[in-house]
Amino acid sequence: MFDIATQLFESPDVRFGPIDYEKDPEIESKWTHNAEFMRLYDFEPARPMSAAIVKKQYEKLEKKIEEDKNLYHFMIRAKADDRLIGKAVINRIDWANGACQIHLGIGSADDWRKGYGSQTAKMLLRFAFAELNLFRVTANVAEYNEGAIALLKKLGFTEEVRRRQSLEREARRWDLLVFGLLKDEWLKQAQA
Amino acid sequence: MNDIYTGKLVRFSAFDPEELGKAFSKWSRDSEYWRLMDAGAVRLYSAKHATSFFEKEFEELSPAMYFFGVRTLADDQLIGELVLDVVNWPGRDAFVGLSIGERENWGKGYGTDMMNVLLRFAFTEVNLRRVTLAVFEYNPRAIRTYEKAGFRHEGRERKILNREGRRWDMLFMGILREEWLERNTE
Amino acid sequence: MKDLFRGELVRLTSEEPEFRAKVEVNWQRDSEFHRLADGDPAKLTSAKKIKEWIEKNIERDFNPSRYFFSIRALADDKLIGFLGLWLELVHSEVWVGIGVGERDYWGKGYGTDAMKLCLQYAFMELGAQRVSLGLLEYNARALKSYEKAGFKLEGGMRQEMLREGKRTDTLWMGILRDEWLQMQNGAKP
Repeated sequence: MFDIATQLFESPDVRFGPIDYEKDPEIESKWTHNAEFMRLYDFEPARPMSAAIVKKQYEKLEKKIEEDKNLYHFMIRAKADDRLIGKAVINRIDWANGACQIHLGIGSADDWRKGYGSQTAKMLLRFAFAELNLFRVTANVAEYNEGAIALLKKLGFTEEVRRRQSLEREARRWDLLVFGLLKDEWLKQAQA
Repeated sequence: MNDIYTGKLVRFSAFDPEELGKAFSKWSRDSEYWRLMDAGAVRLYSAKHATSFFEKEFEELSPAMYFFGVRTLADDQLIGELVLDVVNWPGRDAFVGLSIGERENWGKGYGTDMMNVLLRFAFTEVNLRRVTLAVFEYNPRAIRTYEKAGFRHEGRERKILNREGRRWDMLFMGILREEWLERNTE
Repeated sequence: MKDLFRGELVRLTSEEPEFRAKVEVNWQRDSEFHRLADGDPAKLTSAKKIKEWIEKNIERDFNPSRYFFSIRALADDKLIGFLGLWLELVHSEVWVGIGVGERDYWGKGYGTDAMKLCLQYAFMELGAQRVSLGLLEYNARALKSYEKAGFKLEGGMRQEMLREGKRTDTLWMGILRDEWLQMQNGAKP
């Protein structure tokens, strides 16, 4: 199936890369000014961030990666023009139990529905299972995020937990869904 | 307005890093204590190490975290601890975690009382809308306690724990404010 | 879901510290703006100091109880004002501070539009149960604007301020969640 030679960080249309402190803060700052994206990407109240704030966050993130050693962060770039289009993270890695969480976002609505999210998720899963040797991957998603839910189901995740009315937005309450994928389930999917 | 910190068997007390550090060092010598409440690999803590851990936690106590020691009403003994951690303010949802240190204090109703005091605090003082908890499938005593306190089962993260050569699920339970109010206005 | 950050006349942004500092230095020159917006004595601070202060507070301001925005006009993208929200976590009350620093944009609906976005954010994103604000009694334009947005006068501190030799009241206003929701369904303030 996969072997050492197969690239971990390359997909047909997107690739994973490190943070580019020169160019990325401004691009990510623009995403944060789109409330629709922020509300899909994060449970915390949406807020716009200046490039200066984004840069500070990158610094904190890289420090955390170095100190805690339980998270991996990737910038997603479109291969056609090397443009930054999103970000992906594997976090809350519990090494003793072989578990982690994944999270990803494609920043601009123009880049949605192009398969970038699906390619990104597949790379994240392969990294988690075939490189970090983890046993299970969790993804938390709001019940109103139909796109993410559809993607997770397509990748073979099972809806496992429904935290009823955990979130509030638009003056109503929403459930928080927890999806899980186990290693042998992933293998079956990946081989298909 | 009654004393919100006092139950029938226990009361919440201020979190004292040194006292808790000493107690925790003793409790964690019983590996089952640790394995019931923590997913991390068990480890032994000296009183000094545990105290400095709690001091650091206390220093960084955000407005989202409420941390209590738990003492018996009968003889004012520190028997456990309890944490309420608000995960999302607009959602007003918080995780609760609690533990009772000594094996001889298990199965005596302390856990139920702790949870009742906590829920009243959460819903009438912090004005939360729901309380969430996660519990390991191999901890039936705790699961029973939480069911008695009114938590509903909401699902399980499958095979998320690896212990004693096999995998275990982590159960999620939640109670909504409306559900708690119904149980507490008789 | 609607766009939380974009209204009809203005949009909410987060600005680079250096640019924001330069703009605020300009607003400072208009002491009438300061005296309408602020009870503290007017002062003149350097762009350097303002920039430092903004950067220093990036961490502090990034917590669940503080939300700060800049306001830009949609027509010409000019940075015209600021909006700050403080969420009282346990009681779900939001305090608002708002100001339009560019005099040319006064009395034209920009402030009212920004306040509309502010209330929408407070009730639809922060889950607020009420929104509060204070203002100086002599700020008649603001009082009218807030009433239009749905705020009700709730009281004040009599003769709290002294300016130009005259004592003035500070006024307190508030709007409740149900009142605001009803307004969205067509009820008039």
